[in-house]
Amino acid sequence: MSRGIRGNEARYGWAFTAPAILIIGVFLVLPILLALWVSFSDWNGLGSPLGNSEFVGGVNYAKVLVDSGLAQRDFGTSIRNNLYYVLLVVPLQTALALFLAVQVNRRMLRGRGFFRTAFYFPSVTSSIAITTIFIFLFTSSGAVNQVLGWLGVNGPNWFADPRGVLHLLLGGLGVDGSGAAAAGGPLGLSWWDWFAGPSVAMCVLIILAIFTTSGTFMLLFLAALQNVGAEIEEAAAVDGAGPFRTFFSVTLPMLKPTLFTVLTLGLIGTWQVFDQIYLTGRGAPAKTLLTPAFLAYDTSFSDLKWGQGAAISFILFGIIVALTLFQRWVLRDRDAGRAGRRREVRAVARLHRDAESVRAAGTAVPEAAASEGRER
Amino acid sequence: MLTGCSGGGGGSDSGNGSELTILIGSSGPAETKAVQDAADTWAADNDAKVKVIAADDLNQQLSQGFAGDDAPDLFYMAWDQFANYAGNGYLDTYAKDLKNAKDFYPSLVDTFTFDGDFVCAPKDFSTLGLIVNTDMWAAAGLTDADVPTDWDSLEAVAKKLTTGDTVGLSFGLEYARLGVFMNQAGGTLVDKDGTKATADSPENLAGLEYVQKLHDEGVLKFPSELDAGWGGEALGAGKAAMVIEGPWIKGIASDYPDTKWAAYELPAGPEGKSTFTFTNCWGIPANSDTRDAAVSLVEYLTSDDQQLAFADAFGVIPSTESAAASYAEKYPDYASFVASNDYAVSPVNFAGSASVVGDFNASLEGMASGNVDLKGILGTFQEQLQAALDEANG
Repeated sequence: MSRGIRGNEARYGWAFTAPAILIIGVFLVLPILLALWVSFSDWNGLGSPLGNSEFVGGVNYAKVLVDSGLAQRDFGTSIRNNLYYVLLVVPLQTALALFLAVQVNRRMLRGRGFFRTAFYFPSVTSSIAITTIFIFLFTSSGAVNQVLGWLGVNGPNWFADPRGVLHLLLGGLGVDGSGAAAAGGPLGLSWWDWFAGPSVAMCVLIILAIFTTSGTFMLLFLAALQNVGAEIEEAAAVDGAGPFRTFFSVTLPMLKPTLFTVLTLGLIGTWQVFDQIYLTGRGAPAKTLLTPAFLAYDTSFSDLKWGQGAAISFILFGIIVALTLFQRWVLRDRDAGRAGRRREVRAVARLHRDAESVRAAGTAVPEAAASEGRER
Repeated sequence: MLTGCSGGGGGSDSGNGSELTILIGSSGPAETKAVQDAADTWAADNDAKVKVIAADDLNQQLSQGFAGDDAPDLFYMAWDQFANYAGNGYLDTYAKDLKNAKDFYPSLVDTFTFDGDFVCAPKDFSTLGLIVNTDMWAAAGLTDADVPTDWDSLEAVAKKLTTGDTVGLSFGLEYARLGVFMNQAGGTLVDKDGTKATADSPENLAGLEYVQKLHDEGVLKFPSELDAGWGGEALGAGKAAMVIEGPWIKGIASDYPDTKWAAYELPAGPEGKSTFTFTNCWGIPANSDTRDAAVSLVEYLTSDDQQLAFADAFGVIPSTESAAASYAEKYPDYASFVASNDYAVSPVNFAGSASVVGDFNASLEGMASGNVDLKGILGTFQEQLQAALDEANG
């Protein structure tokens, strides 16, 4: 067991990482473990959870997931609201960010610096400030409705409107919440409630989220785009690819790692939406802005059901991890798949055959080999 | 916050050098200063120091304090959170032993009674009244004789006061306002024993239907429909001629100094008069080292003289019957709020009721758009209320 020339490195390694480990441990890992304990305990919020609470098993989780009642329905409502929020915000903000990044990456664009700053600006502004401005813009006699008024549209009372967008659409088609739709769905909500869609108020928050976060993600895409060399696009152009073909078949695949980052960050951020909810009326109108993150806070701090609040947080944690893994699986490198390998083997065999026939037939044959290739 | 020399063993009339922290949910600088001044006067007599902190978010700061073993020595405890706190053992049950325990209004004592014990001393109260914009009242040709006394006359004056830009009546779309109509129709939410929910009664439905009717007729609009944050704003901005609010309506004076108003008792319903009373108490944390000093301070703060001083400073109504009577004499504009406390009830309040009422409020929001199944709403409310009651009663 000779220690060798690098024998002391481990010790220095630990010494240098110790401050970080200590800080992360004390301020991150321990609190998370403590919260995990709270979610399995009957802690009532008096004194430290250690020593003032008893293990109660999965009761807190059962209250929000299994036992029918207000807690379960609130949780179901918050999941529904947040699900529509994620489904709309993540794809739209990613697409918008990518679009903006491509635009400000063009060498021909004048005033690129200005546009880059302008698009990034909402991201550096505090979400509280932007939300407050949105609340003013979207009051029933606010600027947005004034503009809609010029167009002859009678705008809704945005932040006070709990009607689901899908319900409005379905209502227009004459479908209502009776019959099969009224049957009970998961988490204490009927299927009709699940298919409410985002409420009008939630739509405003969706617009707000897309507006504020696409700038940040534009920056990520921009950095990635600048790593895609001009020669690659040139090569694609020489091969006869048009701008759309170049973008979707050449540029976009090269952005895949960034795309994964952006989607993951978007997914995590949207599932944790809190400050906008806190500011726009704590879940009002009619709980259509309630999100799991806010519900966890409210259950803990207002209802003093700390265990239940912690349980909601950990369920939310589980949802985020599961969805991130799912998304990783969707975006995995497909070339490594079995079909891809078969295709590769076939292509190599073909090349070998062609080379074989060229060698066998001498100079006159390339013509034949080429035609053979074409047949294939 | 607590110092080593804090004296837990001292007599109940002495601070014995304690340092106390009071956490209040302040309505503004006037209230914070008045509480600090009063506390300083007590502290000077009792060899103590008191620091008053105005909370940004009282609930959150309180629960954080309790979780961190660092609760304030004395704090405002709102009626709607009281049962949650008492039920979780957060509060010291000191009020039943106060010298002036008998002086408080019975309805307020009732609000702060948990498991049969009077827990904490009410610091003031507010009732709901009908607030009328007097200029609009006169412009519509109405006189004192027209002040509504029942539902029909309320509807009639609301119709008269509704003009192109102004709606006759406005109040928040929530149980804390609509509940008075349910009570006036003879409804209750919980039976006398406190074991059975009675939310889905025909009386409660009648109360809601009356509100719905006024709204359908266009003589009632909710503040959110008028671009107002609450009823007072709607009244002040001239968007509503009448609102249902409490004595805090005086706060609109700073934003709308030109709006003149008068307050009356709420009109009676089919089953008589009813209104809500809202109140806060002085909470003392359980097992506090400074309990005795804090109790002595509460005794001082709830004395008639001191409560009247608070009334002068920031307009709250004293919680003792004698002080409230002097208050009504001194401030005749607010006398109706005092008078209506004789029959006022506290909104439903037991451990866990807050979230059920919150859910009821959320479902009421459909009333603004008109298409709402009131019976269904009350049915759900009944179910949830019963479940919460069963849990609270163990």
